[in-house]
Amino acid sequence: MNAVPRDIHAQLSAVTRVFPGAGNQPPVDALGPIDLDLRKAEFFAVVGPSGCGKSTFLEVLAGLQRPTAGTVTFEGKPVSGEVAEGIGVVFQEDASFPWLTVWDNAAFGLRRSGVAEAEIRRRVDDALAFMGLKGFARAYPSQLSGGMRQRVCISRTLVLQPRLILLDEPFGALDAQTRLLMGDEVLRLWRSTGATVLLITHALDEAAMLADRVGAMSARPGRFIEIIDTGWPRERDSKIVAEPAFGEITGRLWDRLRGESLKALGHAGMTTTAAG
Amino acid sequence: MTRVGLIRLAVIVAMIGALELACQTGLIRHQTIIPPSEMATSLYALLASGAINADIERTLGIIVIVIAVSIVLGFALGLVIHALPRLREALDPLFATYYAVPIFIFYPVLIAIFGLSPIPIVLIGVATAVVAMIIATLNGLDRVPRVLTKVARVHRLDAVTTAMTLQLPAAAPYLFTGVKLSVSYGFIAVIAAEFILSPAGLGRDIADAYSDFNNRRMYALILFLLIIATVVNTVLHVLDVRWAERRAGGRT
Amino acid sequence: MTATRRATDTLIIAAVVLVVWKILHEIAGSTALPAPLATMAYLVHMVPTARFADNAAATLQAFGLALLLAYGIGLAIGVWMGAHRLSGAVGEPILVVIYSLPKITLYPVVLLIFGLGISGKVAFGAMHGILPVALLTMGAIRAIPQVYLRAARTLHLSPWQTITTVLLPAALPEVFTGLRIGFTVTLLGVLLGEMFASKLGLGSMIMSDMSLAQSEDMVTVAIILFVFAACANALLLWIEHRLHRRV
Repeated sequence: MNAVPRDIHAQLSAVTRVFPGAGNQPPVDALGPIDLDLRKAEFFAVVGPSGCGKSTFLEVLAGLQRPTAGTVTFEGKPVSGEVAEGIGVVFQEDASFPWLTVWDNAAFGLRRSGVAEAEIRRRVDDALAFMGLKGFARAYPSQLSGGMRQRVCISRTLVLQPRLILLDEPFGALDAQTRLLMGDEVLRLWRSTGATVLLITHALDEAAMLADRVGAMSARPGRFIEIIDTGWPRERDSKIVAEPAFGEITGRLWDRLRGESLKALGHAGMTTTAAG
Repeated sequence: MTRVGLIRLAVIVAMIGALELACQTGLIRHQTIIPPSEMATSLYALLASGAINADIERTLGIIVIVIAVSIVLGFALGLVIHALPRLREALDPLFATYYAVPIFIFYPVLIAIFGLSPIPIVLIGVATAVVAMIIATLNGLDRVPRVLTKVARVHRLDAVTTAMTLQLPAAAPYLFTGVKLSVSYGFIAVIAAEFILSPAGLGRDIADAYSDFNNRRMYALILFLLIIATVVNTVLHVLDVRWAERRAGGRT
Repeated sequence: MTATRRATDTLIIAAVVLVVWKILHEIAGSTALPAPLATMAYLVHMVPTARFADNAAATLQAFGLALLLAYGIGLAIGVWMGAHRLSGAVGEPILVVIYSLPKITLYPVVLLIFGLGISGKVAFGAMHGILPVALLTMGAIRAIPQVYLRAARTLHLSPWQTITTVLLPAALPEVFTGLRIGFTVTLLGVLLGEMFASKLGLGSMIMSDMSLAQSEDMVTVAIILFVFAACANALLLWIEHRLHRRV
């Protein structure tokens, strides 16, 4: 199905990423070739086994890494070497700054972009309220749980009003129930900001529940084996895990990914001098 | 040797070479620094003549005594203090501040009390080094996992056997750090003492050569001391780094 | 209960120290080691004198300059070696070995280069202080989580902003430890320099006291230096703990 170019928010064409080998090791084929059209305001999830290149994919899309080949565009303009304005990223690791309060953490990016003080205050208060952190504005991240610290990082991204939000396994360190609840949070965030969201995860059920489209990524070098349309309505939450369609989608994903996961396990045990 | 090691060697050689060049071309005056090559030949001549053998024996002898006493005394005191938690708590502020104050400033006081002999040198050397050993011993004994002492009790071992076969090996990497520090501090304190005021010794030799404007002799002696101190400290540092893996690896 | 117990324990330790001092005084005699009380009385008289003030000022001046140099150069080296992996890998063992060497052996060289005035003492003091500052700063920068740098890029910070608003605060606690240790060793370096070759300063004051058998003066100056160093260290340690608690 050909989408009208206006609806495409970001695009990757024939993107590959090869890491040069360290010392006398051979170079590592980490990613690609990748072809993907991200549609405006959609929720796209990427699922794949560990080490398949999901994070590399996100960083190339964000502009944190340059592709070895191929092109990346965002809103029609090429992405290269630096993070474009309008893209927000939430990382897997805790990136909250321990020396700033929650409020100052959230305000951090805004402070340096020359936005007026009153506007900063409004946006930060709104973002913290939206992420349920209003009572903790004066607390330091070291006093908060892992989940709350991630919410601080999300707040920091939100206040910049990004049009494309990239989330790299943001709930990796959280327990299962918290993950489900955070999933609802992300959906709420997606609906109210109207942004395009791309979520990286290794959890099939999370991808199947949250996304409009799920890209199943192969083992290294990561390529999209299949992109599944979930067909969920925009107004959804974690209760859809009870729907029969949910089971079908996760079944199909596992079907495609089972073999890849086995390959990834095998890769993990091999040295780089073996099969490339 | 690793790539980094080769680069490091190259950097050191380049720096010595640059110094040599600067001295030979007159960029650096002869009265200030003599070329490294001259330092080396002067040292060789000095050693061959046997003129400083007595001083070498004296200085290195004192250093060895200081290190040995500091390690044994430091370990023993560390054991005792570790076994008496209340004493340890009381001494804690002392240990925290000990290396923050210039202990060495007491050397003249020791000379006033004991006269101009090796005794004040040994005392100031031990005073400087022993606390590092005590702190390292306390640290090491702290790090002995409690489960080991429980194992000892299950096997019905007595205190000495427990100490020798379980606690000592478990604490060894940390004790070694104490040894490394004691050696380093011992060298520093003894040489400084001989330099400031001493009837004899390599430090005194350097001070004399300086006031006699005898650069060749002075730089030869400096080179000698630096080589010995560098070799000893480097060997210990390399060993310490290897043992550091044991320190960190125990947890996972 | 523990607070009072701590206080009594500290008093007991202090009392033991005073008793040992008194015993040593009895054994060694007044010319060698004055009695504790006599020393305290002397201290009160000596501090306001011009002689003490002049010498203390000289030491403080040299120390202040040496500290500025040690901090400035040490931080620069530490930042460079921390940020530039290869330089750090190559340079760290060199710095560590130099740190362990008896730098007093190089003091004559320093004097030959800088002369006998205040510059020699300052250079020697700075030589001592640069090393812990550089080594700990390097360690602090290496320990900064990589994710902070990526976050800074996604927040569109300029390189300068990244350094000042992210890297610096992240590294600050450990850098401060280096500054604290640097304080101590720089002071020691300056004092050593004064003890060997200087006519002015507290270090040389102690040496001349010793040759003139003025033991009260000597011990008093030593105690004043101890108290100064201990208090300064306690203050820096307190600041350091406050920095660490946020991280």
